[in-house]
Amino acid sequence: MGHPILFYGLAALLIAGALGVILARHPVYAVLNLVATLFALSGLFALLGAIFVAVIQVLVYAGAILVLFLFVVMLLDMAPEDLLRLRGGTLKWAGTLVGLVFLWQLTRAVRVFVLSPPTAPPGPPVAGTTAAVGRLLFTTYALPFEVASGLLLVGIIGAVVLAKKKL
Amino acid sequence: MITLTHYLLLSGILFTIGLVGVITRRNVIMILLSLEILLNSANLAFVAFSRALGNLTGQLMVFFVMIVAAAEVTVGLAIAVVLVRQAGKTNADELRGLKW
Repeated sequence: MGHPILFYGLAALLIAGALGVILARHPVYAVLNLVATLFALSGLFALLGAIFVAVIQVLVYAGAILVLFLFVVMLLDMAPEDLLRLRGGTLKWAGTLVGLVFLWQLTRAVRVFVLSPPTAPPGPPVAGTTAAVGRLLFTTYALPFEVASGLLLVGIIGAVVLAKKKL
Repeated sequence: MITLTHYLLLSGILFTIGLVGVITRRNVIMILLSLEILLNSANLAFVAFSRALGNLTGQLMVFFVMIVAAAEVTVGLAIAVVLVRQAGKTNADELRGLKW
């Protein structure tokens, strides 16, 4: 499932970018770090053979959603977060502790999973090309696809209503 | 040799980073950004399973997760703009209008 050098390089970029997001003081830097994270993730998707998802990741996530984030951050002109006001760092230590315990449990779960892999025999690796994904999307998953368009419509209406001058 | 376990552990690390971000950051925008990391770590696990099981459904699920993320971000950012306009602050600790 991918060359080790490529995997570890992209994984290092991914983790560094994610850490940059949660440690950045200014929201603009955090958004730019998230762009790097998403590009690394897109590379991992391509490594796994999910070409369509990898392209969509860059186009939709990095290209549309994060630009929206950047617009709002710059529109609001937010000052860097006051790190000193984080209740003397208590919250930070508590959060890190919760994260470490969570990671420990997750590692144990993955180890159990490896010891007892799923019984279904793995099929041959399939390439996630646009044709293959699109065929599945418009046959088996046609109804969820249409429902998703309804969700997007509700999202648009919600944003328009919220953005009105007088609520 | 990179196996499914490597990808699952990487996804777990990414999820943990996002979780710590949601817990520790107090700015509404930063919490939304950390939520994006959480969603993407789930996406990575979906695609890794999709490859390991030879089934395209996982990649379809990533597609739907992206749609949900787009809707969530649209409404979430609109709420952040309204918060700044009406309350003048984006610190999640100071926003307690729903608390009684």
